[in-house]
Amino acid sequence: MSTDQTQVKSAAGGGAWAGVVERARRRSANVVPGLRELLFALLLVTESAGVVTDAFHDWWVRQPGWSRWTVYVLLIIGAILLPAEGVASIMSPDTDWTTLLFFPVGGYILLAIGLNVVVGQAGLLDLGYVAFFAIGGYTMAVFGTKYGWSFWEILLVGIVLSALSGIVLGAPTLRLRGDYLAIVTLGFGEIVRITANNTDYIGGPNGISGIPHPPQLTAWAFPESFPFGLGGVQPFVYGSLDAHSYYYLMLLLIIVTIIFAKRLERSRVGRAWASIREDEDAAELMGVPTFKFKLAAFAIGAAIGGATGVVYGTQAVSIIPTNFPFILSATILAAVVMGGSGNIPGVMVGAFLVAWIPERVRFLGEYRVLVFGAVLVLLMIFRPEGILPSRQRKAEFAEGSGGMGSMGAEVATATVVEDTAELDDAAPAGGTEAAR
Amino acid sequence: MLLEVNDIHVHYGKIAALHGVSVQVDEGEIVTLIGANGAGKTTTLKTISGLRPLSHGSIVFEGRDISRVPGHKRVLMGIGQSPEGRGIFPGMTVTENLLMGAYARKGDMGRELDEVFGLFPRLAERRTQAGGTMSGGEQQMLAIGRALMTNPRVLLLDEPSMGLAPKLIQQIFDIIKVINERGTTVLLVEQNARQALQVAHRAYVIETGRIVKAAPAAELLDDPAVRAAYLGHGGDNAVGAAGGAAAAPAKAPAVEAGDEVTAIPADSEERREDG
Repeated sequence: MSTDQTQVKSAAGGGAWAGVVERARRRSANVVPGLRELLFALLLVTESAGVVTDAFHDWWVRQPGWSRWTVYVLLIIGAILLPAEGVASIMSPDTDWTTLLFFPVGGYILLAIGLNVVVGQAGLLDLGYVAFFAIGGYTMAVFGTKYGWSFWEILLVGIVLSALSGIVLGAPTLRLRGDYLAIVTLGFGEIVRITANNTDYIGGPNGISGIPHPPQLTAWAFPESFPFGLGGVQPFVYGSLDAHSYYYLMLLLIIVTIIFAKRLERSRVGRAWASIREDEDAAELMGVPTFKFKLAAFAIGAAIGGATGVVYGTQAVSIIPTNFPFILSATILAAVVMGGSGNIPGVMVGAFLVAWIPERVRFLGEYRVLVFGAVLVLLMIFRPEGILPSRQRKAEFAEGSGGMGSMGAEVATATVVEDTAELDDAAPAGGTEAAR
Repeated sequence: MLLEVNDIHVHYGKIAALHGVSVQVDEGEIVTLIGANGAGKTTTLKTISGLRPLSHGSIVFEGRDISRVPGHKRVLMGIGQSPEGRGIFPGMTVTENLLMGAYARKGDMGRELDEVFGLFPRLAERRTQAGGTMSGGEQQMLAIGRALMTNPRVLLLDEPSMGLAPKLIQQIFDIIKVINERGTTVLLVEQNARQALQVAHRAYVIETGRIVKAAPAAELLDDPAVRAAYLGHGGDNAVGAAGGAAAAPAKAPAVEAGDEVTAIPADSEERREDG
């Protein structure tokens, strides 16, 4: 690299640093002295972390296809080795790490990717997402115990049934917007759970037990001498004692879902969702059939939630209505928002954290939920746009729009548009929108 | 007649926003609809573009009744709108915003993009900037450019001067004239009556959901009642004898005689009801 380039680079770095300091100063300005300095220091850390992740993202999108694929393959290999004993002792000394990896970690990740289609991509606030997870779980339980269908058949049925229920819920309610939609979906989540609780055919409050495991695919096992503590593990033999095979099943489902969701995001459908999320009326004025696409988002999100439920049901062997409480909807939504709504790697990180933190701090006993809550609050203070937000969502967030009802507007501040030339006008652009 | 709005009534819940609005727009015209805040201007446009359902009356476009056609299909028929408050997509870049305008169209949009960039060189400079980070004037240009990308036969503009400085307002109105001269019919809704009347061929005055006057724009510029209520020349109050006589002056722009600073950043009441 020539000296010129180095200078340019360091100048850009200096500019970014000045921006970091400025933002940290501005955001800590209204706090009492004493606390202000502490907040400033913490903001300095999180803001610079933001600059680093942005820089990484910029670098990442410029990489050629083969090097990205190498990273993907390495990530998958890493995921396969994740249940290793060495990792387990650090990540989860108190509970079985592999079981944890299957559910909640894997399950939450899959649910978060599904909810992200609805909330992050189409911008529809769904507070009853657990309903689809429950429908998937009960589909597995009913078809498995009463009709003796195999897991793979039921997976398909579960996906179709939950997608249909998404349409049934969406068709009458998607004319509502923002907060109203959130309330209706919240109700739907409760209706499904309470119906399950009061229907004798599916066991009422006792639920259904004796749900069959998936048929074993092959009795192949990692060789006894295999390192990482995986020796002797049979990844395709499903049973109650060992969660490894279920973890790999979940992993496969997650990978397939990521590919599917990513392709959607980059398609015409993804563009339509983005426009609906950012301004639904304007989207309609562009010729986007907004109702149809909102329904599609609901159905696809529901299908992913249902698939998760089927896999969960087969591993759990027995399910009861209280497996599907409202708090699960809220937790997955927290994962999506905290991770960076709209960005798949972001929501995966978010889901991992909300699944893992409460388990990791289990030694705190009853205080673990308190710690978990504190972590959530701190994250929202220091990184309100999420841990890994997409570029586009970040811009929407700054402007104060971008779906999720009034949630975006209420937490966002008005953007100050810099005056640049003779064309500038009196009122800043996003001001009226965000202030409302 | 390109566009005929026949006696439309529109309700927000039980509250009537429009009680019988009729507007005709001929091919090649600039028609303006002027009126105070909350008079029903935005509702009229939203009903034409299909964002609001009407409870009575009809909208006829190129001889076909489109009252029941959904909004996204009206775009394909040739009704393009730049919505109130600009409604640009804040997270998308300028180019992405413009390409959203062509969402329902097929084929390569390179030529259409160049045309819009030719009309608004400012947008060309900012192709890769996120829409939400631009100034109000630039966003307005983007909103108009994006509506043009739908290839409209009639362009509906909702308050293009809202919140802009006088110099910018002049630029925007100049561009509206150019767009019209290139063959696009324009229906312009404005609170900034003076500018609107100067650029338009014909005009309608709307008060509390009713059309109270329809005349060539030049005629209205000299009309004493219009001058009093909308152009800030003192004197008698409202234009229409029926309805809104008390409400209109209170809501009319508080502008001193001869003062050209007519930027009114306030939101209309219709929007609040809608949201």
